[in-house]
Amino acid sequence: MSNSTSGGGPAITGPVAANARATRQASMRALVRAVGMLPVLVILGGLVQVGGIYLTGEGRFLSWQNLSIVAQQASVNAVLAAGMTFVILTGGIDLSVGSILAASAMIGLIGSIDYGYLGLALALLMGLVMGLANGALIAFVRLPPFIVTLGSLTAIRGIARLLGNDTTVFNSDLSFAWIGNDNLTIGPISVPWLIIIAFLVIFASWLILRRTVLGVHIYAVGGNESAARLSGIKVWAVLLFVYGASGVLAGLGGAMQAARLYAANGLQLGQSYELDAIAAVIVGGTSFVGGIGSIWGTLIGALIIAVLNNGLILLGVSDVWQYIIKGAVIIGAVALDRYRLRGSART
Amino acid sequence: MPSSHEPKTGPEPAAGGTAPILQMRGISKTFPGVRALNGVELTVYPGEVHALMGENGAGKSTLMKILSGAYIADPGGEISVNGQPVHITGPTSAKAHGIAIIYQELSLSPNLTVAENIYLGREVRRGLAVDRAAMFAGCADVLARLGATFGPRTPVGDLSIAERQMVEVARAIHAHSRILVMDEPTTALSNRETRRLFDLILRLKAEGLAIIYISHRMAEVYELAERVSVLRDGGYVGTLDRTDLRPETIVRMMVGRDLSSFYKKEHGGGALGPAVLEVSGLSDGKRVKSGSFVVHAGEVVGLAGLVGAGRTELARLIYGSEPHIAGRITLDGKQVSFRTPSEAIDAGLVYLTEDRKAQGLFLDMTVGDNINLGVIGRDAALGVWLDRGRARQRALSAIKALTIRVTGPDVEVGALSGGNQQKVLLSRLLETQPKVLILDEPTRGVDVGAKSEIYRIIDELAKRGAAILVISSELPEVVGVADRVVVMREGETMGEVGGNTGIEITEQNIMALATGVDMSKVAA
Repeated sequence: MSNSTSGGGPAITGPVAANARATRQASMRALVRAVGMLPVLVILGGLVQVGGIYLTGEGRFLSWQNLSIVAQQASVNAVLAAGMTFVILTGGIDLSVGSILAASAMIGLIGSIDYGYLGLALALLMGLVMGLANGALIAFVRLPPFIVTLGSLTAIRGIARLLGNDTTVFNSDLSFAWIGNDNLTIGPISVPWLIIIAFLVIFASWLILRRTVLGVHIYAVGGNESAARLSGIKVWAVLLFVYGASGVLAGLGGAMQAARLYAANGLQLGQSYELDAIAAVIVGGTSFVGGIGSIWGTLIGALIIAVLNNGLILLGVSDVWQYIIKGAVIIGAVALDRYRLRGSART
Repeated sequence: MPSSHEPKTGPEPAAGGTAPILQMRGISKTFPGVRALNGVELTVYPGEVHALMGENGAGKSTLMKILSGAYIADPGGEISVNGQPVHITGPTSAKAHGIAIIYQELSLSPNLTVAENIYLGREVRRGLAVDRAAMFAGCADVLARLGATFGPRTPVGDLSIAERQMVEVARAIHAHSRILVMDEPTTALSNRETRRLFDLILRLKAEGLAIIYISHRMAEVYELAERVSVLRDGGYVGTLDRTDLRPETIVRMMVGRDLSSFYKKEHGGGALGPAVLEVSGLSDGKRVKSGSFVVHAGEVVGLAGLVGAGRTELARLIYGSEPHIAGRITLDGKQVSFRTPSEAIDAGLVYLTEDRKAQGLFLDMTVGDNINLGVIGRDAALGVWLDRGRARQRALSAIKALTIRVTGPDVEVGALSGGNQQKVLLSRLLETQPKVLILDEPTRGVDVGAKSEIYRIIDELAKRGAAILVISSELPEVVGVADRVVVMREGETMGEVGGNTGIEITEQNIMALATGVDMSKVAA
């Protein structure tokens, strides 16, 4: 029986037109989000180069050697920021990554002295355990992420110092030192392992976020946690994963840092790294309340911060001013993002 | 004052010589690429309740946003208040012209007191300090006039939704508003609270306020409104006087066609299927004292009761989103007890939430993702890798099957109208191939056209043998869709009507069970 409802075709031009507009808006917004901060990165790079030519007479910034240094400096932060992206996408925050990085570097170096590569495994394991501990407190005890990781920021820093009896640990014969210092050479192309690792981490993160069920669940939990729970998503498993991932990546960051330095100090290593990681994620366009964002944005965010660090030194800006400029650029970049997205924001 | 309390019965309030308090003429509003309003008019007189009706997306909200200064209309239109042309440039100027809006989502701060909310933005100061005493005294009068049972010092967080609404109204009156817009004010109210709100509206009317009343509920409009203006697809269709009000006329004006059979009940021709969901003595020790009922395959059972009777809470116990402490649930003859919603879904029992925005949809995600969310795990290769081709296929066929009005699965679900959002949520449940569906207020905030389509879907599902429990506060809906109605009162299932109980399914019989009062004796 064909009832009257099936004859609704002609009467719906209004909503359809609105939906067509919504589609256009959505794809426009997706484009803006995908390109995101890339123009800012390019402009910053250009400014540093021109500024360098103007101030010192030579543009040292845009040289292979320097760009490689920038990429290496960005690599540890990119790895931390990848984990941070998972966490912030669920609407959480992980303040403890700098401390986890220090503790992992310590245990990695100490382990490597007697057991070689086992040190690397220990570093990753340390990160995983600490991250899961954060995740368990947040998922099962239902404590706010900010408070849990603020606590572990302090506690794990203590553990890091405890591990080396509050001294600096050295291992000049580090088995996995190649991670921090060698290049992968294929024919004429030679790329530092640090960069390759960071890129692999970013790529794996992209795979998880965009190609797996878990990825959809991460966005869902960040977008609407109670709806996620009601629609059958195991929210606790998602939370455990994101904090575990953030922890294990902080552990990897610790191994990378230790490999580069052949040394680790529980007090100094990774101090305030969490802030750079958070800044990279936010500058990369990920929403602080969760549910919206991409890993490529985070990569660009990490590069922007590295370009700033490197460029300001190249330009001979004093340490004090570096801080002020960096902070201003972070706020300005996000403000610019808001401004550009405001026109299309609806509902 | 009580003598002017009688509702006006004349066809036009203007007949008494009153000038309109508000006239909107030729109002248009264009958003980039779409014309939301096209030459709409609205004339409202003091002391009248003027209903504004139309399907979701017809332009009611846009028109009211223009009136309240949230949007600026396209040039060419004209708004006059008390005969004087005005330019509403923003919310402040709207307020200055005596226009106030009571929103669907209430805009009060729950952490502040009633008085602080009423005076929000207009605090009484003595020097630099806020003069609380003066504020408490200043709004006691308004509260008394509205018949409030709470005082100015009560924190708003302690009030019920109905009482909060009253605070909003008090705030508007206290700011000397003469035109009050109420957008679906009864959606979250129980019947008794609705009554009290209507009394309040009548009192405001008697004081000469003009009330623009937006609602989908025909019965309310029928009861309250002097006149009804109808919008469709951003255009002005017409205005009906009270004497010409017929539900069929309004519906025809709203949808531009007749709805020959609004409710559909084609299922259940033969014998009843086997019992699929049996619940007995279910309790959480709090809101639900004892819930017992049976739903058979191919049957639509209504779960009725006043707001607060524990219907949603009972559903959540069955669905495993809250733990129960007593009673048993049997699904297909096997006793079950779900600890989480995901266990219930795996067993073939799904629940449609009453609050689709807060608990149902992922508004930032696409229509396709929202539809597929329940099944991406089942479709995924090795349980991990998304099958995006299949997800797209599912989304496309769901959009077609449920006639979701959207250009494609990649549109963000937040951009859709209420009815289409509800269909997206419904198709998420349907993709899991459920045996039992618990639908909590399936047509809340949904326009007439989408409503009848949702009834058709429910009927279709029952025809295919699903067991369906429909929780609804709208009695005509329960009567229209259900084969049998279970009624709850104060956390207990009190009885049933319809089926083989021998009692006819009527609003009166349901209300009698829901209130414990024999309505046939009261109604007269």
